[in-house]
Amino acid sequence: MPKKVIMKGNEAVALAMRQINPNVVAAYPITPQTEIVQIFSSFVSDELVDTEFVTVESEHSAMSASIGASAAGARAMTATSANGLAFMWEVIYIAASLRLPIVMAVVNRALSGPINIHCDHSDSMGARDSGWIQIYSENAQEAYDNMIQGIRIAEHEDLKLPVMVTMDGFIISHAMENLMVLEDDKVEDFIGEYKPQYPLLDIENPVTYGPLDLYDFYFEHKRQQAEAMRIAGRIIKNVADDYEKLSGRSYGLVEPYYLEDAKVALVVLGSTAGTAKACVDELRLEGKKVGLLKIRVFRPFPYDEIIEALKGLKVVAIMDRSDSFSSFGGPVFNEVRSAILSLERPPITLSYIYGLGGRDVNLKDILGLYHDLEEIVFSGEPGEVLRYLGVRES
Amino acid sequence: MAAMKRLFGRPEALRDVPTHYCPGCPHGIVHRLIAEVIDELEIREKTIGIAPVGCAVLAYNYFNCDMQEAAHGRASAVATGIKRALPDSIVFSYQGDGDLASIGTAEIVHAAARGENITVIFINNAIYGMTGGQMAPTTLVGQRTTTCPDGRDPRLAGFPIRISEMLATLDGAVYIARASVHNISHLLKAKRCIKTAFQVQLNGEGFAMVEVLCACPTNWGLSAPEAMKWVEKNMIPYYPLWEIKPLLKEGVVRD
Ligand SMILES: Cc1ncc(C[n+]2csc(CCOP(=O)(O)OP(=O)(O)O)c2C)c(N)n1
Repeated sequence: MPKKVIMKGNEAVALAMRQINPNVVAAYPITPQTEIVQIFSSFVSDELVDTEFVTVESEHSAMSASIGASAAGARAMTATSANGLAFMWEVIYIAASLRLPIVMAVVNRALSGPINIHCDHSDSMGARDSGWIQIYSENAQEAYDNMIQGIRIAEHEDLKLPVMVTMDGFIISHAMENLMVLEDDKVEDFIGEYKPQYPLLDIENPVTYGPLDLYDFYFEHKRQQAEAMRIAGRIIKNVADDYEKLSGRSYGLVEPYYLEDAKVALVVLGSTAGTAKACVDELRLEGKKVGLLKIRVFRPFPYDEIIEALKGLKVVAIMDRSDSFSSFGGPVFNEVRSAILSLERPPITLSYIYGLGGRDVNLKDILGLYHDLEEIVFSGEPGEVLRYLGVRES
Repeated sequence: MAAMKRLFGRPEALRDVPTHYCPGCPHGIVHRLIAEVIDELEIREKTIGIAPVGCAVLAYNYFNCDMQEAAHGRASAVATGIKRALPDSIVFSYQGDGDLASIGTAEIVHAAARGENITVIFINNAIYGMTGGQMAPTTLVGQRTTTCPDGRDPRLAGFPIRISEMLATLDGAVYIARASVHNISHLLKAKRCIKTAFQVQLNGEGFAMVEVLCACPTNWGLSAPEAMKWVEKNMIPYYPLWEIKPLLKEGVVRD
């Protein structure tokens, strides 16, 4: 029987890792991810897993060791946050281009500087074009479920792509929550035995990983990588269907919430989706036509689903928990807006940058935001497109 | 009445603020030793410190001189840049054993190899303090931490690194010493080493580093006095206290 437990997000992710029982975990501690590594190392010393656990000297080595282990044919996992992810930069691109199905938990934290330990998405958003699949979690339950599904997605024979599962630092990682967890053997069955496709030291089939690749083939390899990403959406959905049969919990690439008849909506990812849902519930009781679109999978970018979900809306606020410094809004804004421009009558779109460095965003903030969107429907005046929510400017 | 002579006071190089360090943590002691040396050498107005990422991340709030915060492990590279841009300034980095001996090993080795004319204060507390007590490269064999709950196993994690001895093999490193602050007599010796390390820089001689063995009562799970004893009993036998690379040139005062 699945069990109901009370856990912090970090505990839930560590538990998922125990149930996955990877061959190799290489990690370096960083707030707010540290607990995952710590809990996992107690699983190692209690012999609850068979994992080779390497306490490397930096994240650059954590990812490099994961790359080596994965190429050798191991199921390899790691976890990090913020500067740790930034320090992995060089090698995360290599993991993706070598098509190594590493699964990594990223506990979102603002990237320095100024130095900060609290939540925003500047770390994982910076890695959005590294070739990794990115799955954002709304709460600890989703983080747990996404980790387990992540293995199946990453290792799918048509993909072989690394997967980043994110959860908001402190807000999810350090907060207690009720969640349902699966039995160990159910997880084991679900992920199945790992069968590496081209492992090192397969004597019959010698291979080289990562050779020089110039203008003769580099482009074709990149095109293949893009193609794998293109079909990844379908595979993520199939894995979610299987997971629903096992867990009863359903997942899509995006999650529309009261959008059918909505006039205004927010687009959001991560824990803020939970806060926004509570606001939608409240406003719906007052008869307001408000809705929400949560993006669960940001890479591959689910443009078809987003277009479908946002058609017919009048005003959409797109929320970014990181700035792109492009002077044209955050990354989610840019991509969502460009996707829905193909609609015959695209909604008015506004960019809201919010919550940087852990700045709290609460029900009142979001209720106010919905109110502003309704005003725009009423007046027809979009006003300033690029907005900041909750920052002191004067 | 004759004016009273002031015997003891707060060094000018230390700001009059409470620190965030845990009870019994020697970071504050070492801060004070550095501040006293800065005062005695009368270099406060030209000193620039580099704070690490680690428990001493807020050191910029405590030292009464210009400070720069570096990314985790990069302090000696940042110090290099400052010293090259302002060669007349006195530049010191203050780094833990996660910062210097783990994620920043490349930076410290190459700063020493190039003989950068900087002073490095290296706090070896055999653990990553700030992140909650994980195994560091300096963690002793058998020592329990949150990432080696059964004690450090050299078959899995190797043996603790003696960074000072390692750096002493580099020609660019002019002065390397290891000291401890677990009791008063050692504390005074530690101060002499720190002073020498600043004098080396003042003389333009090259790279100088003092490794200071420190307790971490909180993450070792010991009381402050027990932790000080633990340094003496367990750390010093593995990390011997000596001026590993003494400066023999004339002109260097060693009190
Ligand atoms: C790139 C990166 N990785 C990891 C961290 C997390 N982190 C902050 S301090 C620290 C270790 C600090 O230990 P140490 O240098 O020994 O100093 P202490 O806290 O013991 O004084 C770590 C791993 C970080 N800030 N940046």
